[in-house]
Amino acid sequence: MSGLATIAKRLLEALPTLFGVILVTFMLTRALPGDPAVFYAGPAADAESIAQVRHAMGLDRSLPVQFASYVEGLAAGDWGVSLSTGRDVTEELSRRLPASLELTLLGLLIAIVVAIPLGVLAATRPNSWVDHICRIIVTTGVSMPVFFTGLLLVYVFYYLLGWAPAPLGRLDFMHIAPDRVTGLYLVDSLIAGDVEVFRASLAHIFLPALTLGIFALAPIARMTRAAMLDVLSSDYIRTARASGLATRTVLFTYALRNALLSVLTTLGMVFSFLLGANVLVEKVFSWPGIGSFAIDALVASDYAAVQGFVLAMALLFVTLNLTIDLLYAVIDPRIRAAS
Amino acid sequence: MSALLEVSDLSVEFRSRAGTVHVLDHVALSIARGETLAVVGESGSGKSVAAFSIMGILDDAARIPNGQVQFGGMDLLNANRRDLDEVRGREMAMIFQSPRTALNPIRKVGHQIEDVLRRHGPVARGDAKRRAIEALEQVRIPDPARRYDAYPFELSGGLCQRVMIAIALCCKPRLLIADEPITGLDVTTQATIMDLLAELGRETGLATLLITHDLALASQYADRIAVMHAGQVVETAPTASLFAAPRHPYTAGLMAATPTSTTSLDALESVPGRIPPLNADLPVCRFAERCPRRVAECDDPGPRFDADVQAPDHYFACRRPL
Amino acid sequence: MAAASTFTHARYVLGENPLTVVAFAMFFVLVLLAAFGPWIAPYDPLASDTAIKLMAPSAEHWFGTDHLGRDVLSRVIVATRLDLMIALSAVALAFFGGSVLGSLAGYYGGWTDRVIGRVIDTVMAFPLFVLAMGIVAVLGNSVENIVYATAVINLPFYARVARAEIGVRRESGFAAAAKVAGNGNIGVLARHLYPNILPAMMVQLSLNMGWAILNAAGLSFIGLGVRPPTPEWGIMVAEGAQFIVSGEWWLAVFPGVSLMIAVFCFNMMGDGLRDLIDPRRRT
Repeated sequence: MSGLATIAKRLLEALPTLFGVILVTFMLTRALPGDPAVFYAGPAADAESIAQVRHAMGLDRSLPVQFASYVEGLAAGDWGVSLSTGRDVTEELSRRLPASLELTLLGLLIAIVVAIPLGVLAATRPNSWVDHICRIIVTTGVSMPVFFTGLLLVYVFYYLLGWAPAPLGRLDFMHIAPDRVTGLYLVDSLIAGDVEVFRASLAHIFLPALTLGIFALAPIARMTRAAMLDVLSSDYIRTARASGLATRTVLFTYALRNALLSVLTTLGMVFSFLLGANVLVEKVFSWPGIGSFAIDALVASDYAAVQGFVLAMALLFVTLNLTIDLLYAVIDPRIRAAS
Repeated sequence: MSALLEVSDLSVEFRSRAGTVHVLDHVALSIARGETLAVVGESGSGKSVAAFSIMGILDDAARIPNGQVQFGGMDLLNANRRDLDEVRGREMAMIFQSPRTALNPIRKVGHQIEDVLRRHGPVARGDAKRRAIEALEQVRIPDPARRYDAYPFELSGGLCQRVMIAIALCCKPRLLIADEPITGLDVTTQATIMDLLAELGRETGLATLLITHDLALASQYADRIAVMHAGQVVETAPTASLFAAPRHPYTAGLMAATPTSTTSLDALESVPGRIPPLNADLPVCRFAERCPRRVAECDDPGPRFDADVQAPDHYFACRRPL
Repeated sequence: MAAASTFTHARYVLGENPLTVVAFAMFFVLVLLAAFGPWIAPYDPLASDTAIKLMAPSAEHWFGTDHLGRDVLSRVIVATRLDLMIALSAVALAFFGGSVLGSLAGYYGGWTDRVIGRVIDTVMAFPLFVLAMGIVAVLGNSVENIVYATAVINLPFYARVARAEIGVRRESGFAAAAKVAGNGNIGVLARHLYPNILPAMMVQLSLNMGWAILNAAGLSFIGLGVRPPTPEWGIMVAEGAQFIVSGEWWLAVFPGVSLMIAVFCFNMMGDGLRDLIDPRRRT
């Protein structure tokens, strides 16, 4: 019954998933065709350093032992060293993570703010012009390659109109990044009280976030519309209408709250797409997040960095899914009571 | 007796992929103040559609080509949404079958009652809660103050139906439409819910439109009965008169198919045949195909509804009555 | 009778949504381009001529020329085959693998189901595009491996459909009858149960195609798999990206639009097919 018990139960349920994710990442490091040590040592390594890497990675031991030490290393924060930068992968990732998070969250925010009202309007007026617009946006949205949307926005808003700054990262050279508190420039600049840096950060993040927003908008609008249609034909909406409740009450207090519950359950899939799309958008806008880092690492065959990136993204995704589950459990009285 | 609700000449059709479905055909019903009218028929006979059109909660695909619904002097079919919402929930209310799904699953039942109370009159905040608990008490829910905070899934089907009744009656309406109110409840609960409805009806002078497929139930609780078949009202009469001498072959068939204390289950017959598909061209009498007494003049066009010569409040729609 | 009613239903679905007809027409064009691209293309897609580099669209070069003076139209046309091949092979692999795993899980239940289910869940626990990146990184940077990676991240969707559809039919009368008639488990599954779930799988396939194309193109956009100078839409957009900021839009826009049209076409066909086969799932 209690909130704490619910949270504990959900956390326990996430453990097998977590184990699976780590196992797959481990297998990815061992499934390299040929000798993993050769890959991890990098293209410039000689026989001696390869042997060193082999021993350091424990490749001369049995697989279960290797897995155990892999997990142990992960837990201790040892995710390997990035070949291209020479620094710890954890350090590289944690330095860049806020940039990616800020972008993803703002993109999601834009998508939600547009998609939910759109889906609701479309569902309440089936076959009206709003519904048709919703359908067009949804079908176009799922057909647009996200990197192409980004480029089009750059062309229109940077090259043609000159409204947006060049797609070259979070801030231009005229501004200095705000002191790090959260790592999110929009938040940190406000904490520092620096309105100008805030505006510059906003100008820089707007187009990439909009790109992600347009991408995530389609699935959310479609789910909202479907869930609303479903709820609006339910028995309890009929009861509410038969009781003469005001349209506003029926729509928001009765229908939307129930519909949002089903939208919430499908948000996990949206996050999966969003985190992938984030990588592409970071490349288009030279955004210094973990996606750009991973692309550079891929091109440089910097395997430890790529594995670290995949694992970090998976952990982030597991955490987001867990958050959705918890949120759901808090909102839905039926789930709350079940645990 | 002045009618509280007067439905006349009401037709409803649904447009679907399979063509237009003629769900109601020139239906006439009336209820006087404080009276209980039962509308009886098989599933698919259009009895629920009739109730939904009275309440104005028909599906968007429905069309009403002709007909009138007068309620306390108000023309419901032509009323605008605002006026209709003033009447629904306050003057007339409705309860449904499967009460568990008819309540908002994620809202406390007490709040669902308050929503209706607030909608239909200025109620102070603290007062709303008190009146909601009173409403729960009125429908004999034990420990109403605690149940106020319950969610529908925490209550049994019978309790959910009591909550539905509380929602329907909290604004003291003059008409209650009960659409199969006990379907899906277990047998012992069924009787208590029906007794509760009858009791509350007597206490408050409420008129009730009881929709059921169960003729025995109707005979027990209704003052008058209207029998429907395939979207047509085939017979309307006071309960006693209907049971003493059914005039329409379908009514007679239904009675033969209804268990009573005097017939054994083995003697039960079922009405042969099924309701005809309502999207095809339909005969004047939609029962003709199933009727053992069918003659050639049954297919003649023209009005068919007649009053009994001996009993003027007994109507039937048959060219060759029993 | 059955054929006639299917035909009426098809006419109804197509009449209701004329875009489906457009989608089928576009699909036909795509297939033509994929099959005969090299003969249709007006120029050699690889022939560079720096004298005419970065020319805007004109009568000679409808889609303009790129930074090496290659004809963009020819490159876009010739790329069709590679893009469709990558997506088709990936989806075919995913379809096959998903069918086998899902059917086994649905038919046998028990621990087979639990193990397969756990594997599928683990794949789905990754952001799918990121997992594909990781797989390509491990297997090596080649077109073949893009196909494998795209197949792996598409597989769970087919496995889930197959598992659910086989699961509901496992206890059905005709399965029991086939068993009584002396068929082994695999025989019942392959010859009697699986054909019945094909319609559902086909719907999933057509809904999935567009997404598969997008994923494969995304991988080549970040520099995996396809290597220059091979014409492929994703890499062409990537190459054109640097010229967007200086206004040479045609390098990226034409391959980008082609990609979009292909995905749009598959999505519309998927929706149409779903309406045709399973009208209840319409949203």
